[in-house]
Amino acid sequence: MTNSQLTPGVVPGRLSPQEYDANFADVAPPLDAHEAQVAADRCYFCHDAPCMTACPTSIDIPLFIRQIATGTPEAAAKTILGQNILGGMCARVCPTETLCEGDCVRMESEGKPVEIGALQRFATDRLMAAGKHPFTRAAPTGKSVAVVGAGPAGLSAAHRLAMHGHEVTIYDARPKPGGLNEYGIASYKAPEAFASAEVAWLLQIGGITVMQNWQMGRAGDGTLDDLLADHDAVFLGMGLSGVNALNLPGEELAIPATDFIAALRQTEDLSTLPIGRKVVVIGGGMTAVDAAVQAKLLGAETSTIVYRRSQGEMPASEHEQDHALGCNVRLICNAAPVAIHAVEGGLEVEFARTETTGAGLRKLDDTFRLKADQVFTAIGQTLGATPAEIRLAGGKIAVDGAGRTSLSRVWAGGDCALGGEDLTVTAVAEGRDAAEDMHKFLMGE
Amino acid sequence: MADLRSEFVGIKSPNPFWLASAPPTDKEYNVRRAYEAGWGGVVWKTLGSEGPPVVNVSGPRYGVIYGADRRVLGINNIELITDRPLEVNLREIKSVKRDYPDRALVVSLMVPCDEASWKAILPLVEETGADGVELNFGCPHGMAERGMGSAVGQVPEYIEMVTRWVKQNTRMPCIVKLTPNITDVRKPAEAAKRGGADAVSLINTINSITSVNLDDFAPEPMIDGMGTHGGYCGPAVKPIALNMVAEIARNAETAGLPISGIGGVTTWRDAAEFMALGAGNVQVCTAAMTYGFKVVQEMISGLSEYMDRKGMVSTSEIVGRAVPKVTDWQYLNLNYVTKAVINQDDCIKCGRCYAACEDTSHQAIAMDEDRTFTVKDEECVACNLCVDVCPVDCITMRELAKGETDPRTGREVGDYANWTTHPNNPSSASFCGLRPAE
Repeated sequence: MTNSQLTPGVVPGRLSPQEYDANFADVAPPLDAHEAQVAADRCYFCHDAPCMTACPTSIDIPLFIRQIATGTPEAAAKTILGQNILGGMCARVCPTETLCEGDCVRMESEGKPVEIGALQRFATDRLMAAGKHPFTRAAPTGKSVAVVGAGPAGLSAAHRLAMHGHEVTIYDARPKPGGLNEYGIASYKAPEAFASAEVAWLLQIGGITVMQNWQMGRAGDGTLDDLLADHDAVFLGMGLSGVNALNLPGEELAIPATDFIAALRQTEDLSTLPIGRKVVVIGGGMTAVDAAVQAKLLGAETSTIVYRRSQGEMPASEHEQDHALGCNVRLICNAAPVAIHAVEGGLEVEFARTETTGAGLRKLDDTFRLKADQVFTAIGQTLGATPAEIRLAGGKIAVDGAGRTSLSRVWAGGDCALGGEDLTVTAVAEGRDAAEDMHKFLMGE
Repeated sequence: MADLRSEFVGIKSPNPFWLASAPPTDKEYNVRRAYEAGWGGVVWKTLGSEGPPVVNVSGPRYGVIYGADRRVLGINNIELITDRPLEVNLREIKSVKRDYPDRALVVSLMVPCDEASWKAILPLVEETGADGVELNFGCPHGMAERGMGSAVGQVPEYIEMVTRWVKQNTRMPCIVKLTPNITDVRKPAEAAKRGGADAVSLINTINSITSVNLDDFAPEPMIDGMGTHGGYCGPAVKPIALNMVAEIARNAETAGLPISGIGGVTTWRDAAEFMALGAGNVQVCTAAMTYGFKVVQEMISGLSEYMDRKGMVSTSEIVGRAVPKVTDWQYLNLNYVTKAVINQDDCIKCGRCYAACEDTSHQAIAMDEDRTFTVKDEECVACNLCVDVCPVDCITMRELAKGETDPRTGREVGDYANWTTHPNNPSSASFCGLRPAE
């Protein structure tokens, strides 16, 4: 270790190997069999359970917990995965405190929900560790489907379509499949290459070909028309590849937080990844938290999130905010960036204090500067290039309830499509439901 | 603090909590620890005749039933009577009784069904200074196959005969321990009384198989791939025991016969319930086996607090107090009408009442879109299932006042009336149907 947390600039190796290991270990270690039994025993097996209603994929939570309680975790896993094929990842990354666990009736009685996320992980981990894939394909239909994007929406759609007997080709822009699971979420939420293991497990269904490094519209790859010519139907699940611009002087000095996170996720040896001594993250969502926390865990001396509105308005959940604060990330609210300045020895980000008025957010004359070695922006992502003929709404692909776009034979889901929260679990639900509608269409129903 | 001192068939103890004849009372070491922990009395684990003692299995001798969080609800055992030499037990009994003169020490006995065997052992027990004997006519496993234990307890004539032998051959009080593995517990109790028993104690364990190993396809506890029925005890058997105690307490033939209540007593409340149904004291085993001897301290403090709250000064004020309230179904008031009421402030909206009522009862609970659950009085038969399954105890039963109309039947709540006079009862004078031609 040649560098320390106090080494100026942007340098790698600020920590000892043990510190890297500890910092990027499982943030929520799995339940062992006894812990799972105790946790499962707390479920009341509610009628028409509120947790189930709160789950975007409508997993039958009381049933799977009862299956764990009675010693059949693989049956529990099948209950989960039948609704949500990425139930393993969702068990790790879902904001359960605002979904299933937030609506658990134990919140009402004791303020402590059944640990649904941890139990879901217990069941799905067991099935995956056994190497079992509990679903089989229907007889071949002779139909072929293109899925654009190997993220949660695309994988979910592809699996469901393959299960119904269709031949699926996934076209994905990145070198590895998984989308945000592989490149986007915080490392400590899914360590030990879980994302790629889950994709490999999912593909065991068969009938899915994955083509990497293929970007729609890029010369040499293909267009939507090409896909429509080669396949009977197309599902678009390419997520949001663009990032919002700050539109400020010096913004070229900032790095999109998504790039930082993607680089981190793909770095085998984290001691080789340079990180600033002082890191500033602009934004207030999950991506801002993930970037700021991981900067701190990589050894940044200070990591500061600056959000333009009040803390209560932060898109990041309270649980995420607490996690950040627990990792000694600093949080400054009601401050909007004005400019980024290159100064001797690094950067300075200039912020203006803000106030919320009836007319919206207003920057005040009161400004301050934060020193930074690295500035990450996490102010939202945008849809990348889309075929001109497809109808958009609110900056996203317009879809109906079943994921149908304005174009015949084209469906969309996940973050690139309108509707739903931009969550892994929502993308899985949308991919699944679009696949069911595509199946009906393909079978002429 | 209430006075918990107890006198049972002349045997005094500082409280009514005794340890039952069972594994916890097999040795001096355990019994001393029990007394130190606060137990009022002990029934020493059953002694057999002089000579080579019985042997026990050296594999698992207990099976278990769990509730949530592995809470022990019931244990079954295939252990036999003491497997230690008679003289060792007698020596230890004498030693313990000498050091704890204020505690009750009763010796459980099981010897072959002949007078000579009983004549032989009684003086030996008397010589220890023990306070009394309990005749084990209850163990359902192992010894029964040898003509002892429940093999005697299932034949009232044998109970009477052996009890008489005992009473003729000792000055010690004699408690007859009854088996529940019979059809009508009043018969063996009556037999014990006829034989001169000073008291009965019940229940001994219930014949049972707790579980089946689904890999080896054998009952558990499993000994070398095989299993056998054992005696079941613990909280799960309490309702069966309470009923049997009540049946003896309210039976004219046995009314007034002292009863030592046994069967799943785990807390002070369980003990008070047994006593209210006629038990003069209680005996405990499974609670101690599950949690250790210290549980008696909660029983002591709990019963004291309860008695203080009720203004009772002696446990005798509890004993038998509920017996007059135990009746036969035909005398229950058919004009007593209640309706379930859900306290909306306390309801956590789990919907278990709804599922239970909708699927298995009378469709008397409505569920609206925001998961508010309300009782439909016009459907509610007051079965109490919703109260039973509610995890937060937010449902109560409201009694309809006399003269109030029951929305379910459209009839006004009237005066007490039972089945014996009901017009639907073919035996009643007011029978409304056609009687078969004579």
